[in-house]
This record gives sequence, C-alpha cells and structure tokens, in this order.
Amino acid sequence: MTFETGPQTGEPAGGRAPGTPSDGVTPEPTTTRPPDPGAALSLRGLWKRFGQKVAVRDLDLDVPVGSFYGLVGPNGAGKTTTLSMATGLLRPDFGTVQVRGTDLWAHPEQAKATLGILPDGVRLFDRLTGLQLVTYAGLLRGMDRDTVAERAKSLLAAMDLTADANTYVVDYSAGMTKKIALASAMIHAPRTLVLDEPFEAVDPVSAANIRDILADYVTSGGTVIVSSHVMDLVQRMCDHVAIVGAGQVLAAGTVDEVRGDQTLEDRFVDLVGGRTRAEGLEWLHSS
Amino acid sequence: MVAQFLRLKLTLLANTLRRSVWQVIGLAVALLYAFGVVAFLVATAIAGGGRDPVVTGHAITIAGALAVLAWWVVPVFAFGVDQTLDPQRFTTFAIPRRTLLAGLAVAGLVSVPGVATALTAAGVSFAWWREPWLIPAALLGSALGVAACIIGSRAITTALAPLLESRRYREVLAAFAIVPIVLIGPAIGWISEEIGAVSSETTGDSVTVTADGSVLGAVVARFGELVAWTPLGAAWSLPVAVHDGAWGAVAARLAISLATLAVLWLIWDRSLAKALVTPAVGGGKGARSKGLGWFARFPDTPMGAVAARCATYWIRDPRYSAGISIIFLMPVILWLPAQSAENLGILLLAGPIVAWVLGFSVSNEIGYDYTAFALHVATGVDGRADRWGRVLPVLYLGTPLVVIVVLVAAALSGQWGVLPAVLGVCLGTLGLTLGVSSVSSARLVYPVPKPGESPLKSPQGAAMATMVAQMLAMLVVAALSVPVVGLGIWALTSANQLVGWITLLVGIAEAVLFLVVGVRIGARIYDRRGPELLQQVQGFP
Repeated sequence: MTFETGPQTGEPAGGRAPGTPSDGVTPEPTTTRPPDPGAALSLRGLWKRFGQKVAVRDLDLDVPVGSFYGLVGPNGAGKTTTLSMATGLLRPDFGTVQVRGTDLWAHPEQAKATLGILPDGVRLFDRLTGLQLVTYAGLLRGMDRDTVAERAKSLLAAMDLTADANTYVVDYSAGMTKKIALASAMIHAPRTLVLDEPFEAVDPVSAANIRDILADYVTSGGTVIVSSHVMDLVQRMCDHVAIVGAGQVLAAGTVDEVRGDQTLEDRFVDLVGGRTRAEGLEWLHSS
Repeated sequence: MVAQFLRLKLTLLANTLRRSVWQVIGLAVALLYAFGVVAFLVATAIAGGGRDPVVTGHAITIAGALAVLAWWVVPVFAFGVDQTLDPQRFTTFAIPRRTLLAGLAVAGLVSVPGVATALTAAGVSFAWWREPWLIPAALLGSALGVAACIIGSRAITTALAPLLESRRYREVLAAFAIVPIVLIGPAIGWISEEIGAVSSETTGDSVTVTADGSVLGAVVARFGELVAWTPLGAAWSLPVAVHDGAWGAVAARLAISLATLAVLWLIWDRSLAKALVTPAVGGGKGARSKGLGWFARFPDTPMGAVAARCATYWIRDPRYSAGISIIFLMPVILWLPAQSAENLGILLLAGPIVAWVLGFSVSNEIGYDYTAFALHVATGVDGRADRWGRVLPVLYLGTPLVVIVVLVAAALSGQWGVLPAVLGVCLGTLGLTLGVSSVSSARLVYPVPKPGESPLKSPQGAAMATMVAQMLAMLVVAALSVPVVGLGIWALTSANQLVGWITLLVGIAEAVLFLVVGVRIGARIYDRRGPELLQQVQGFP
C-alpha cells in the first residue's frame, strides 16, 4: 500500500498553495478516510499548533501490524510532535489516533497498555539506579514485582547494562541512558514500540545490539515505529517508511515503494527539498 | 559589551512575557508593589530629611546595611539568584572574564528587586535636599551600596554553589543558618545595653545628639555611627560623614566600601573562573545503591511504586533537602526566642510549622519531576495512584515526626495540658496542607531548579509565578484551617481540657476529610490534564 500525499493532499486546508511556509494556517477538523482498525497505529487528520507555528497539519498515517516502520523527515518536520500525539503524551488539536482499533484519546489507559514509548528530549528519573528505573516503569504498568524483577534482569543483560544495574542513571553516558530508557519502554511486553530517535548518541556496537533486539521483536509479531535522521539506517533496518515534511506525510509505504529506483536519501531530498550549494562561505576556507 | 548584556537580558525578559499573560500580570503586580514600597521609602526619607537630615542619614545607613545583608543572605536560603544570564552559557564565546562580570553585574540590576533597590537608593539621596551640596556624595554612596548588593549576592551564591550542590547540602545550609541564629541572643543583649546607655546619656543631658533631643533619634544615630564602619553600611554613611566635615572618616568609609567591593569582585571572579571549568554534575560520581531500595518495601502497585520513587527522591535529591533541613532547624530557631521571652510554650509552635512545611513540600511535585514526568503519562498511571503515591511517604514519615515534635516540645515546656489541642492542630494542618498540595500540584505547576541543578538557581522568570501559586495555595490552607485553629486557640486560652480533646478529634477528622477530598479532586484534575501538565513542564525555560 502506498499513497503519495503532500502537495495534492485532499483539499489544501485554508487554500494553501503547495510548499508555502506552515505558518498562518488555522487548524480545522477534516473529514478524511476512516481509521484502519486493523493497523497497529492509525492516525487521521492530526493537527497541532504551537502559538503561531503549525507543527503538524492534517496528518494521516497507517502503521501495519508486524511492520518495522521508519519515520524520517528534516528537523522541525513534526516527527516528535506526531509521535507524542500518537502515544498520548501530547493532546492533538484535532484528529484521531487508533491503536489496534482503540481510540487512544478516548480510552488512554487501554491504548497505552499496549504501547511502549521512548520519547525524545525528556529526562528520566535519574536519581534512581538503572534497575530501579526499569522496575519503576514495570510497577507503574501494574505488573507484579516478581515478573518485573525477572524481566528487568534479562532486559539489562540484553542491553549490556548488568554491570551498571546499581549505578544511578544520572551517572550513565548518553548511550547508556538511551538503552535504559528503551528497557523501561519494553518491560511490559508491549505489542507496539514507538521509539523517537532511539539511536541518537548510541555507539555503533550498542546500536547493532538494539537493532537485533528490535528485529527479533518484529519477527515475533511486534510492531516497531522509529523516527530517525539517518536514511541509511532506515533503509537497511525498516521495511516500511514514511517521509514527513512540514507537518505532513509526503510519502509512505514499503521502503522499496517509497524509494523506487533511487536511494532513500535521494528520494528524501527530492521530496523535502532544501538542498543548497554552499556559496558565499569562501571566507571559511582556511587557506 | 556591557550594553549587549543589558539588551540580552531585556530581550529575554520580553520573550518570557510574550509566552504567557500570567507572567505579564505577575510582573505588573510585582512592579506595582515594588514601586509602592519605593515611593513610601523615598517619601519617608525626604520628609525625615526635612526635619532632621543627620538622623535620617543615620537611618538610611542602617536601612541600607540591612538591604545589603538581605541581598547577600536571602538568595542562599530562599529564591536563589535569577539565572536568566547563566554564566555557563557564555563559556563558548571567549568573552574576557572582566567583561563578563561587568555585564552580568549590570544585567543583575534588571529585575524587580534590583530596580527597586536602585530606585530607592537614588531616591533617598534626596533626603539631603536642605543641603543640596551633599546630594552628589549621597548619590555616590548609594551607587556603591547598590553595587555591594548586586556583586555581593552574585559573589556569595557563586562561591557557595559548589558546596551547596554537594550531597552535604543539608549540613552546609544548617551550618550557614546556625551562625546568625546563635548570634541573635547576644546581639539582642548588646543592642538593649546600647539603647540603655544612649537613653541614660540623653536623659542625663550630657549629650544632645539630635535637634529635637528624642531618645529614638539618639539611638538611631548611635547605631548608624556603628554600622557606618562595617562593610555593610560604610557606603551609605558617606553623606553623613561629609556633612560632619569629618574628612578622615569620609576617606576611611570610602576605603571600606571600595575594599568591600574589591573583595567581593575578587571572590566572584575566582569562584566563577572555577565554576566555568567545572560545571555542576548531578549526583555523586560513581555512587551506587544496592538492589531495589524502597521499591522492595512499598507494595508492588502503581501507587506503591510512586511512593517508593518519591521516598527515594526525598533522600537522594538535594532540591528536596532544603525542606527537610528547615524541619530540623525549627526547634533551634524557636529555642532562642522561647528562652529570651522566658516562655517555653513558644516551642509548641514547632509542631504546626513542621506539619505545614511537610504538607507544603509536595505542592509542586510535577515541577520537580520536570520532563521525567513523561514516564507517568506514557505508562498511563491514573490520578489516584499518582496523587496518593506522592502523599503517602510524607504521611508515613510526617505523622510520627509531627507527634514526636509535639511531645518533645510539651516535655520541654512542661505544658502537658495543652497537648491534645496542639496535637489536633498539627494533625489537622498536616492533612489539610497535603490535601491542598495534591490539588495545587495538579493545577499550578511552576518552574523550580531542574533535577541536578543547584538549588540556588532560580529559573528564569519563575519568581512571580512561584509566588502567585504559593500564595493561592496558602490562602486556601489558611481559610480551611480556620475551624481547627480557632478551636485550638480557644482551648489554649481557656485552658479547657474538654475543648482540647474536641480540638484533637476535629483535627483528625479534618485531616482525613481534607486529605481524601483533596486527593480525589487532585486525581480528577490529573486524569484530565496529564498531557497538558507534561506540556507545561516541557515549556519551562
């Protein structure tokens, strides 16, 4: 399934010409296709405005069950805003989010129980030790202490953090922090993992380990959604991809469908635009 | 360069105001209040200057010295220092430190207290309007005094920051607080002796210090003259010395105030130089903790987990420790006035105060969590678990603590008869403040130092929001505590045992009622606004 949205999406809300800056548009509910109840995650007509800036405009996205879904886009495209709204961290101005047919914003506790979330740009309760943090996440999910202890142990081992289980998270490196946050997101065996920039600041070895864990998880029927800037990584790792720009989905589908005969990176640059030649920076040349 | 710092500070201020109407209102109220105080002080000074310039000059010296002292000491205990222009942020710009310090010092004036202090200092110089040739000297003195305020507050907080960020925060703060407290007793004795001496002198007709010969004027002159020789008051006393034509004193006081500034500048310079290359790191390096800690002790439910996490933070997070340190200081603080008033009954106040501090300490829990709160939203913890979890550790620890404090106070003062009434007031206060905190922490979130930051940093633009939020919560607490406190006062004044026991029952009933209702309302607000609360803390500067 592939659909090209972007410039020709439905009615351009507010009579917007394609490619104009995203400011100055008033969000409004839009009548769109009904959500797909079979999808792991189905977003319809999402809008979010911060002050004058419209971060996400009338965004639709379907993530099939069992897919390894990449969400790519330039800085400020609205990836984090979209994922926050899709996971119940940020209330959309308009639009619906369905998690396997459950309306997330109408029944948050049911929908959230099946989601594992790694948000970007938030802190952790870093005065806890790694083990305590993972345990805390499990107990908050309502799990019993024995199950939590057992799973926490194996998760820490999988993340190569066993030796640092009793170290305070505040003393962890950036990569270790990402890994412990990921472990906290997986403790309750969610059916869908939503990971915002999971590989940022993670060293190559740990990143490879995490990729293996995620690939295993998808093989066993789980769904993973990751956002990333690294096209190469997404092309190798994911089977589906959506390119987001200016708060909208510009292209979505399987990786092969989206990239055609180009590399994903070239396709991305084509869609998003904005490549400039470095001119006028001669003064920067040191010789 | 200094002008650029000033412009940067003003731009940042304007941007905070643009973010929210409440900030504008808060600032307007603060300015209005500050200008009211400034106008009152200046008018008083000018009126006093019309009657007796010299006594007024001495009074200004004393008031100025107190202002300097306040600027130096208050940030350490309350509020912290406005860190809109955090020097850490300028490290990559290769600004010479001298320029950086000058810029920060001038920009430090741009705040409500800064502007108010500067305006008052300038205004009171015109108390010498009867002898206008003294006004330049007065303005010079005021300028030096204001400089001592600003530079001193920066120097002291920068120098103490490494100490206070350490895990020994409590000890350091307690040590720092005990010095002035211990001095109170002797100081009161000394002051009353001096006053006695002065009044015997004036009534004995041997000295006529003031024009109207009042004892008060003489006392003021006496203390003004003394304070003038301290680093706190030297600058402010310049015009008095010039007026007296005591040129030796003028030179000496000028030297004292300049030397004070130089020393403060040096302290600031050195400690900032050190701070810039050793940025604060949270937590103890390589510290470890075995096993699950509190998580193994509380029940394995979401509520128990929240409670265990909060209990861990109470011990591990220096930002919480300030509240605890006050609890342990309370008996010491009350001991001295109780002794000097020869009424140990004053000690019984410790119970309600400790209860109130404990209950109020959880009134901005989500602000303290900062964005780590995302975990609560992501996991979908319900309001009941979140609210009770945050309240329970305080309740478990606080109830016995309050009872012990009251028992000790009763034992020391020997006033066992009032025990039921005081206990009732204490328990009522604890439950009530916890209930109100549960509501306010779900509704009024305001910026506090972020996890790992120095408890001395007050976040940009936060002061007003903080005060408004706390004031609101305090008003509610005050209004709701009328019944039990009223009963308590009745019991104490009438010494009626029955009323005392009724107070105890009403206090316990009130505690349970307000706690349950407060938590329930708070939980409902929390359930409705979880994502909005997260967005609010993410929007903190």
